[in-house]
Amino acid sequence: MPDPMLIRAVLKGETVEVKALIAHVMETGQRKDADGKLVPAHYIETLTATCGGRQVFRAEWGASIARNPYLSFRFKGAQAGDKITLTWTDTAGASRSDEATIR
Amino acid sequence: MRRLALVLWGLLNALPAQAAEPVNERLRDSFEAKNQATLERLEQDETQQLCTRYAPTDLPAEVARRIQSLNQSTIKPPADGQYLGDFTRGEAIAQRGTGWQSSDDPAKPAGGNCYACHQLAAAEVAYGNLGPSLYHYGKLRGASAEVLAATWGKLYNSNATEPCSRMPRFGHRGILDEQQLKDLMALLFDPASPVNQ
Amino acid sequence: MKPLFAKRLRGLGALLLGSFALTAAASDDALREYREMFGDDNPAALWEARGEQLWQTARGPQHASLAACDLGLGPGVVKGAYAQLPRWFADTARVEDLESRLLTCMTELQGFPRDALLTTRFGDGERKSDLEALAAYVVGASRGAEIRLPLQHPAEQAAWALGQAAFYYRAGPHDFSCATCHAQADKRIRLQTLPQLTTAEGAREAYTHWPAYRISQGELRTFEWRLQDCYRQQRFPQLKFASEVAVGLSLFLAKTAEGGAMAAPAIRR
Repeated sequence: MPDPMLIRAVLKGETVEVKALIAHVMETGQRKDADGKLVPAHYIETLTATCGGRQVFRAEWGASIARNPYLSFRFKGAQAGDKITLTWTDTAGASRSDEATIR
Repeated sequence: MRRLALVLWGLLNALPAQAAEPVNERLRDSFEAKNQATLERLEQDETQQLCTRYAPTDLPAEVARRIQSLNQSTIKPPADGQYLGDFTRGEAIAQRGTGWQSSDDPAKPAGGNCYACHQLAAAEVAYGNLGPSLYHYGKLRGASAEVLAATWGKLYNSNATEPCSRMPRFGHRGILDEQQLKDLMALLFDPASPVNQ
Repeated sequence: MKPLFAKRLRGLGALLLGSFALTAAASDDALREYREMFGDDNPAALWEARGEQLWQTARGPQHASLAACDLGLGPGVVKGAYAQLPRWFADTARVEDLESRLLTCMTELQGFPRDALLTTRFGDGERKSDLEALAAYVVGASRGAEIRLPLQHPAEQAAWALGQAAFYYRAGPHDFSCATCHAQADKRIRLQTLPQLTTAEGAREAYTHWPAYRISQGELRTFEWRLQDCYRQQRFPQLKFASEVAVGLSLFLAKTAEGGAMAAPAIRR
């Protein structure tokens, strides 16, 4: 089971600012480990955020995104107390979903 | 010579007991060999012992002279008498920071890692300041026999002129071979070298 | 570097003095900008969260959590404990730093084999280190805590003396000691600034910011990791984890930093 994301969602005026720390190795497939062996590519390909049943954010990532990505985005049309859900899927077919309440 | 030996003997006996205790014995238990970095690297030669015991600013004159003379005697000039090699190879040696670490391939030649501590060619802005700038080294000093010999000496064994120098003893410890030292001399002295532009 | 800029530099020797200060500052600026983008966030938080889980979960052959682990302030007291480490522990009759103490608790309380823990002490991508996660959690609980190391026990004084001896010990093919690079002000290797570890101010700047999320590796690294990686670059053999020198050197540097407030886990290059 992949490690949970740390998500914070704060309403400022009409805009919700979402910050998420995502635990993922984001291996490019070009790195060599301590023994000199090539570490296979393993990174998040898709990340989406939904709130109140509608998709408010979608990203398609590649190997150039850093390890343990730190994501920040804004959207409108939500209120404090609403729940936002972030979901990612990676090249190995693994997936992780985490929820946060908008403050 | 005998007087020097007596002075040193007096110095060593005047030290408090714990300073004389072999620190390297206690250190040994806290380290383990890894690849080419073996435990014998913890054993100190006389220069290292003296430079551990005394701070650079508190070096007694007799000790400083002892260190200089010990290290001066190790300097070997180039076998063919030619000091200058190839400055392009020299620049590569100055740039390379690997060699002799437990993580390094012992089959590959070591670098001098000169840019870690010194400014050299103008085009390289990523340089350190642990050592003085060597920018325009040859341009500022010329290339007389004395200057060439003094610079070779510094590269070969820095402690011959500066006891307890921070600079590694590249020639004496075999970190760089004769050809590599010549290439570094060319980097410093060749009028066409990037260092002198 | 753009050719025109390089051309302007040539022959303007005096300007170089200014330019190298600028480029060193530019490298620090890039790091500061990176930190600012995070604001109060830090990827180290992922390790802290995992560490908290590991602390609280019953694990290992003895199926126990670390709730009874004594980090020096009493069993289970995590808050502020790191700021008073390394210290003497009567149960092991040794001076221990955080890494050593976590090993003690994981082996004694939870029954994990010591060798297995040592094999995975430094994480690498998918292969995670429980020790690093636990260290992040414990250190995070000392945020703002003032470093206090009274060194009342003779063993603590002896450990400090060993640390001091190690700091100045010149050895290896390059004649390097810690002092070679860390005993003067305003020095750098390439563009990496070197903290002066022989003054309270310099030692505090360095010590209060470890453990840290190391950007270049994408890993959280502890202070012992920093020490053993320095020794690697000094061309020394491998510093043993939780060894007397590792603990003594940490104690020596922490003592110099005494009075500083912990600000870890931080973000480093």
